[in-house]
Amino acid sequence: MIEFQKTTRRNFLKNIGYISVGFPLLGFSFKEQDPVIASRVPSEGNLPGSMRNAGTVNAWLHVLEDGRVLVFSGKVELGQGIRMAICQVAAEELDLELDQVEVHLAETGLTPDEGYTAGSGSVPNSAMSVRYAAATARKKLLELASKKLNAPESDLILFNGLVKSKNGNQSLNFAELLDGAQIDMEVSTPIPVKVKSGYRYVGKALPRKDIPKMVRAESIYLQDLRFPGMLHARVLRPSGYQSKLLKLDDTGLGSAVSGLIKTVINGSFVGVITEREYEAIKAVEYLRRRSEWSQSPAFPNQENLYSHLKEIADKPQKVRNKGNVELSQSQNTRYKARYTKPYLTHGSIGPGCGIAMFDGEILHIWSHSQGIYPMRRAISGMLKMEEEKIHIVSVPGAGCFGHSTADDAAADAAILAMALPEKHIRVQWSREDEHIWEPYGSAMMMELEAELDNNGKINTWISNVWTDTHSMRPDSDPATLLDTRYLESPMQLKGRGYLGGGHRNADPYYSIPNMQVNAHFFDGPLRVSSLRSLGAYTTIFSIESFMDELAEKAGKDPIEFRLAHLDDPRAIDVIKKIKEISSNQKLKNGEGIGYAFSRYKNTTAYAAIAAKVTVDKDTGTIKVLNMWAAVDVGEIINMDGIINQMEGGMIQAASWTLKEQVTFEGNKITSEDWGSYPIFRFPEIPEVEVVMINRPEEGAEGGGEVSMPPTGAAIANAVYRASGKRLYDLPITPEKILG
Amino acid sequence: MPKYQIHINGSTKTVDAEPDTPILYVLRDNLELNGAKFGCGLSQCGACMILINGKASTSCIRPISSVGDAEILTLEGLAEKNGKLHAVQEAFVQEQAAQCGYCLNGMVMASVGLLKSNPNPSDQEIKEALRLNLCRCSAHSRIIKAVKRAAKIQAGS
Repeated sequence: MIEFQKTTRRNFLKNIGYISVGFPLLGFSFKEQDPVIASRVPSEGNLPGSMRNAGTVNAWLHVLEDGRVLVFSGKVELGQGIRMAICQVAAEELDLELDQVEVHLAETGLTPDEGYTAGSGSVPNSAMSVRYAAATARKKLLELASKKLNAPESDLILFNGLVKSKNGNQSLNFAELLDGAQIDMEVSTPIPVKVKSGYRYVGKALPRKDIPKMVRAESIYLQDLRFPGMLHARVLRPSGYQSKLLKLDDTGLGSAVSGLIKTVINGSFVGVITEREYEAIKAVEYLRRRSEWSQSPAFPNQENLYSHLKEIADKPQKVRNKGNVELSQSQNTRYKARYTKPYLTHGSIGPGCGIAMFDGEILHIWSHSQGIYPMRRAISGMLKMEEEKIHIVSVPGAGCFGHSTADDAAADAAILAMALPEKHIRVQWSREDEHIWEPYGSAMMMELEAELDNNGKINTWISNVWTDTHSMRPDSDPATLLDTRYLESPMQLKGRGYLGGGHRNADPYYSIPNMQVNAHFFDGPLRVSSLRSLGAYTTIFSIESFMDELAEKAGKDPIEFRLAHLDDPRAIDVIKKIKEISSNQKLKNGEGIGYAFSRYKNTTAYAAIAAKVTVDKDTGTIKVLNMWAAVDVGEIINMDGIINQMEGGMIQAASWTLKEQVTFEGNKITSEDWGSYPIFRFPEIPEVEVVMINRPEEGAEGGGEVSMPPTGAAIANAVYRASGKRLYDLPITPEKILG
Repeated sequence: MPKYQIHINGSTKTVDAEPDTPILYVLRDNLELNGAKFGCGLSQCGACMILINGKASTSCIRPISSVGDAEILTLEGLAEKNGKLHAVQEAFVQEQAAQCGYCLNGMVMASVGLLKSNPNPSDQEIKEALRLNLCRCSAHSRIIKAVKRAAKIQAGS
């Protein structure tokens, strides 16, 4: 249930002991009875990583002239509701009304450099930094008020933006306390933070402030920005990854298309700028028909993709080795299985967009990139321009679930803006370019081997995982930006990006005495980077499918089998909870329920998922009827926000599991739109139910990726129970059920 | 460049556009409306939906020259003049039926179209009516709840 502030505020204030009688709905004054202020307890733990480069209070918050508070975060809004979560945390520590807090998200020169908005890291890093900065600010404000009001701090009440002494009549707001200054003190432990039992906002299902704007079609997306005299542009992508422009004949373009402003050619980069958006679309199609490109080499045959990937892989790296995996009690208790997952797209509903304007000195960029500071480093390298001369503002786009094309679109706009200064240039990617050129989530393969002991417990486990990199996100290497590879002086990728994400969760979270994980890295045929949950979706699909197989071999119930291998009470709790909430189902013929569990990265949040499916044995048609999630992310900041993430993650991962794969043939990517790369549509949507186990005393983990990894295996296990068919190769399709 | 008179959100606007320009670009470029979004340009995702004579339709392919006297309603035209939200808009806020919200325009417009012809749809009918509309954040279950809530709000008003 969502708590709407205006209608329910009295209730939740009353619930936590604030006196609400005669409490004015708009604004607060001290005329009525004094509010009860929640006590503070010292926080001693480590400060979040984001505070390493931004250690002072004023890096995270400023007091505005009217006494309200402006909070800075280097993270971006992706639809995950981080703006609201940060607002809640700041308002909580400073005892403010929610509308007394504004949140300014990533902008270079203004907000902290928090790298990428990724890895479910925004709550543990950004929101927690804001918590400590706000708590430190409160301490400082009370010190100042003590002097100004000539009263001991113990006699002061700080509430809803005002401070007064219990006996005095004078109250001061934060701006009056600071006299125009900001709080530049270092944040250091111990920090007096609000006792969790006194929370007004944190942990509650508060509505986001942006959804009312969305339904009114207010300008909130990058795509909605309009600057005076803004021009539109599109870029003609090469005919293949390694194609070079041989010939381009743009004669007649100006008469064929109205509104033509400029064609920009730089090596194999071709951009066209027009007055209006549709003119740019027509212009780029005109140029496409009059361009010649060198042939890009053929991709490997898709049917043999996994054997190809195995062939091209480097020597394995032992990333985990515990006990002795060579010991074998008896050959006939050792089991093996191989699981495969194709390339997947991010599939953002809004293709990449970027706006840029070079004012003669500074290049301004508006982007829905997930990391504006790292992208600035890459664009700086691409343009050979000082970083300080590039100013980037993050503006929300459509949800993109990892490193998608936002940075590439910003780079397009930057190149074009430098070629046509003093004009705002808006680049919009086409649906086809988005599908064909985006950096996919890598195809992966996992071979598992395990040995059961005489008691039916796993004694030995070996994971072999084959993967490409899971992050080629823009940073100091400019070649991470697509355009740089096609400019007159092309740049080649210097490294292979972040490989560790490939074997994320490849070592089971279960208690197994002998365990080994070997990672086999390959440099695969398709452009790849970060996709929501990185390698964990594949590793957990494999491990949790295999766990069901091993349970069957051991003659055990799959849930009991998992519990027998777990020591962590929080893991045990989510598994027991998933069993409880999904146990009242009566299964018809052809239906089955499957379960899966993971602790994301083996160090953060816990999720157990159940899926109920029906499989038509004649047609192979698979339908997910229901999905349940039992999740523990530690301390919850916004109950509705986290549930929304869990619901969305399950459904998106179910779509991956049943429908999705990037296809290619010859030297072409052939999945180029929603027809050739289908995803879930409404009739395929299961009913979903999420139960959150709130643990306010535990650290707050992010939730963006947590429900993805177990979803695939839960469905595969359910399909097995419904049809007797164990499927190892994603996606799980009717053809494979029948085959 | 030819001029077209279009009936939109209760008023008549004159726009100059090439005849083949899809309605979407007239809405966004000429009329500076934000509601309809570019998602695919292929009528595959529904982000650009508007109501044409009360029927939810994509706007990314259909050219402006084909609109004629049809009444166009966009997301901007749903709320009453006094700012009161349409039942569907209200319900989407109540249910927090969005993540990034980029598809929300299409979801709302398709739902308004559905409730015009079927004021009390079942889950199955809602799912069928929204078949064209894609949501990658996968807020589907909330969107279905929002449509049902909107039906209740409408029935009560």
